[in-house]
Amino acid sequence: MDEFVRRGYARPEVLVSTDWVASHLHDSAVRIIESNEDPLLYASGHIPGAVEVDWTTDLNDPVRRDYLTREGFETLMSRLGVTPETTLVFYGDKNNWWATYAFWVFQLFGHRNARIMDGGRLKWELEKRPLTREKPSYPPTNYRAPERDDATIRAFRDQVLAHVQAREPLVDVRSPAEYSGERLHMPDYPNEGALRGGHIPGAVNVPWSRAINPEDGTFKSANELRAIYEGEQGLRPDDDVIVYCRIGERSSHTWFVLTYLLGYQHVRNYDGSWTEWGNLVNVPIER
Amino acid sequence: MTDYPPALAEVLADFAFVTSRAERAELLIDWADRFKPVPSHIAVPPYPEDRRVPFCESEAFVWAHPRQDGTLQFYFAVENPQGLSAMALAAILDATLSGAPVEQVAAVSPDIVLRLFGNDISMGKGQGLMGMVSMVQAAARAFLREKEG
Repeated sequence: MDEFVRRGYARPEVLVSTDWVASHLHDSAVRIIESNEDPLLYASGHIPGAVEVDWTTDLNDPVRRDYLTREGFETLMSRLGVTPETTLVFYGDKNNWWATYAFWVFQLFGHRNARIMDGGRLKWELEKRPLTREKPSYPPTNYRAPERDDATIRAFRDQVLAHVQAREPLVDVRSPAEYSGERLHMPDYPNEGALRGGHIPGAVNVPWSRAINPEDGTFKSANELRAIYEGEQGLRPDDDVIVYCRIGERSSHTWFVLTYLLGYQHVRNYDGSWTEWGNLVNVPIER
Repeated sequence: MTDYPPALAEVLADFAFVTSRAERAELLIDWADRFKPVPSHIAVPPYPEDRRVPFCESEAFVWAHPRQDGTLQFYFAVENPQGLSAMALAAILDATLSGAPVEQVAAVSPDIVLRLFGNDISMGKGQGLMGMVSMVQAAARAFLREKEG
């Protein structure tokens, strides 16, 4: 925690270190959750005692393009053997990209007692800490969740359109090639799942991974992050910000950075993102 | 499936019998363990951008070199050390398509990714892996065009 205070984060308590996790492997008040971009990683070895939350099979509605319902979330949490008091620690591959996505979905259901392990799976592996293929088993609980809150940290297309018209800040966290639209129409390759390329008008481009120290997957310091989001792009902590990417997964990482590490009060993730906007009829697009 | 190279058809048949997510993961991890990165006499990092698989978050690269028997030898690099799925697919493609009749390789559909990895793979992951197959397919088609042309 001292390390995270030193780095100047607005809410340092939201992060835990690999050391902290290593010393809480047998803490029944803590549940470690691995959430990955690569579906094989958990099965190939995970932190002892860690459970897996898979974005595709655990967090999505099986029919609609939406997240799981309150009932689905209660079933998931009960299966993981946690209660509203359990401290959840998320970690994963790709610099915690999917871990922050799972964290974001869990916040839709108000599980505030949640943390991210700084550095994620990469740092754990670099430190040669133990991994196991043994799947843990915990007694199921009877978790009760509130209704999903889609208003506070989630944005829908009509709200994004109003946001564009009001000239409020948007952050496109995709790669520069996706932002410019040049990566959409490569011959012979599958496309992005969108009919048009480009970005939402007014959006600035800050690829999500710029918030990370690539050598060990840890988050950059608050000063370094401010230099990127405020110095380069002119964002301010009291801005009403909407972030997006392709389906809302990379942008959940930037949502986490702006909200918890820089203390922005009003950041929403547009999970419809480019796969929705790039297919909508009669919405403005910039290239 | 009958038009696919026999080695690929065999692997697809193995995966057709998979009954659980865990079993599929085990099979794929076994393949990932067999992955051999592109040898240094073919390419060394930093790899050229035209060999990079579009949309692949595991930073995969693909090369195709003509063999003396008139077929192609495929090589792969996966720069993300945690890119197990990309490594598994690279190992399968190398084992089943290198040395196979190029006409058959050119006809391999990127949809084999779903038959190997299952339908519940995320869109982004699926696109990256399909991009690897598409690059192999595109290389085979280009090779055939050159031969005919």
